[in-house]
Amino acid sequence: MNGPFDFALALGDDALVTAQRLAEWTTRAPEMEEDIALANIALDQLGAARLLLSYAGELEGAGRDEDALAYLRDDREFRNALLVELPNGDFAVTMAKLFFLAAYQLPLYTALAGCADERLAAIGAKARKESAYHLDHGALWVKRLGDGTEESHRRMQAAVDAVWPYTHELFAADPAAPVDPATLRPAFDETVGSVLAEATLTRPESGWAPAGGRAGVHTEHLAYLLAEMQVLHRAHPGAKW
Amino acid sequence: MTDHSPLWEVFVRARRGLSHTHVGSLHAPDAELALRNARDLYTRRQEGVSIWVVPAAAITASSPDEKDAFFDPAADKVYRHPTFYEVPDGVAHL
Amino acid sequence: MYGNDFSTPADAPGGGLLGEVEAAEAELRAAAQRGRRGGPAPDEDLAAYFAEVVDAEQKIEPRDWMPDAYRRTLIRQIAQHAHSEIIGMQPEGNWISRAPSLKRKAILLAKVQDEAGHGLYLYAAAETLGISRDELVRLLLDGRQKYSSIFNYPTLSWADVGAIGWLVDGAAIVNQVPLCRCSYGPYARAMIRVCKEESFHQRQGYEILHTLAHGTPAQQAMAQDAVDRWWYPSLAMFGPPDGDSTHSAQSMAWKIKRFSNDDLRQRFVDMCVQQAEILGLRIPDADLRWNDERQAYDYTQPDYDELLRVISGDGPCNRERIAHRRAAHSEGAWVREAAAAYAAKRAEQREKVAA
Repeated sequence: MNGPFDFALALGDDALVTAQRLAEWTTRAPEMEEDIALANIALDQLGAARLLLSYAGELEGAGRDEDALAYLRDDREFRNALLVELPNGDFAVTMAKLFFLAAYQLPLYTALAGCADERLAAIGAKARKESAYHLDHGALWVKRLGDGTEESHRRMQAAVDAVWPYTHELFAADPAAPVDPATLRPAFDETVGSVLAEATLTRPESGWAPAGGRAGVHTEHLAYLLAEMQVLHRAHPGAKW
Repeated sequence: MTDHSPLWEVFVRARRGLSHTHVGSLHAPDAELALRNARDLYTRRQEGVSIWVVPAAAITASSPDEKDAFFDPAADKVYRHPTFYEVPDGVAHL
Repeated sequence: MYGNDFSTPADAPGGGLLGEVEAAEAELRAAAQRGRRGGPAPDEDLAAYFAEVVDAEQKIEPRDWMPDAYRRTLIRQIAQHAHSEIIGMQPEGNWISRAPSLKRKAILLAKVQDEAGHGLYLYAAAETLGISRDELVRLLLDGRQKYSSIFNYPTLSWADVGAIGWLVDGAAIVNQVPLCRCSYGPYARAMIRVCKEESFHQRQGYEILHTLAHGTPAQQAMAQDAVDRWWYPSLAMFGPPDGDSTHSAQSMAWKIKRFSNDDLRQRFVDMCVQQAEILGLRIPDADLRWNDERQAYDYTQPDYDELLRVISGDGPCNRERIAHRRAAHSEGAWVREAAAAYAAKRAEQREKVAA
């Protein structure tokens, strides 16, 4: 990444793809109350995505608005981390993804709120409060599933193991960015360590660390997600909705 | 969490200066989740200043038991409010 | 969203709709101010007491004595209404992932989320009558309680999201507004909140259709096609014609229901005609015309045989809708069990600490 445009785009894409995945749970959550909670988080992420993509479009200065960036780029042009595009899996996988993402986004947005770019600082200040809630929600479920029944413990540990490798990409150093992601790692490690311990879960060893999302090289899953998200918009070029 | 989860009564302080008011009930397995669910269910349109959740079983009632569902609406996401939408001139009953 | 198109009974109307909701709310407060007389005297006739409260436009509250049939009618009606909200999330939820702009995606997601909330308010209202939500959910999943049959039709294009908002939510509001004045307090209060939230739903649908109807030729065609498919099912939401409607008279006497199915249907048609003109879309009824004598529009009735077929389970999506709900419920069982086990462990720990 270099400069505020790439940075805003990467964060915006993280938020947009997260919203798209979480919204897939609508009408499918384990309980009706949770349907509402997941939709709330999806709405927060979508709101942040719109602010970040709009700002990215302004920084670029090529006349692209939030919808042009969301609907008219191909997967190779998306800059989200691989973590957020992974399929939802079962509820444990979704909660592992949410928990790790929020444990990264909270210190990220907190740091952003104090950065020199006023627009990014404003977005960070708003999103920080939302992230605190997302982290709370993710942690709450990681604990309940980790320390619930035998089955839920098994599923939650499997989810943590499966998702963990994808967390490393979030912290790749980028000293030129408004917030260097590498500086966020200690806060993330602390949160994750204490919650996993309380949840009676084992923190996986770090080894394999898939990456490439920030450079536009994604998993096979993203193109399908985008194909669905973009199909209607692209079928009617130039139409207003 | 219906299968195993008790009923909770929810009280919201809508604004500073007001007392907590009963807004309805919900199901949750424990107090922490009840509080989160209450936030999502009963304060979608505004930030209530404060929420209480009380196990319904812990309430002792005089005769007419008021475990009802009266909810004060509010506003945080603008598109949830009808005035957000442009209604073309002259449309009635919308 | 909710109609009267169940196999069983029916209800209510709306006009200056939000205004009527607010009037109902004011009425509710005024009734509370008037102060109901106290409970029945020890030797008083309970049925007479109940009738007196209802006739005085006071609210019956959960612990009050009420006739068994009143309780059963309310449980059935509120449960069907709650089920309709929950099942009704599916047809629109079908388009969240493909919404054509981020703004529309946010609005639709919030709307479908609201419907889950409405379902929960209503289940809570039903629970005050002494039935558990577990049991109601089981009745739905076992097919022993109905939901509004409109949700057994598929959403085939984005314009269907608009048509559902305009016509289906519109019909639901016409139906629901009088329920804000229902004699049962918890239901009336839940309906006031639901109606206020739903007026945003109808407007977003109208705005979608208006945008499409003034868009490209393909968008216009999409909008007209959606109205063509949703018009008659929306009329059917008001339930069978008055002559065939069971339970209506009793529900009217109990002030659960306040207008007949046909009155509500007429009111809806009369509202829609002008709204369709402004949209520039055609209501698919060649015989729709103003009747000066009746001061109302004459219109073609929906196909009630089709309504009965859909109610009895043979609509295009009945099987899918229930299968979807069952799958969500059964696939979530391990999560609910985990949360219960966690809560039990924590409670046990607290007891040990206390001891």
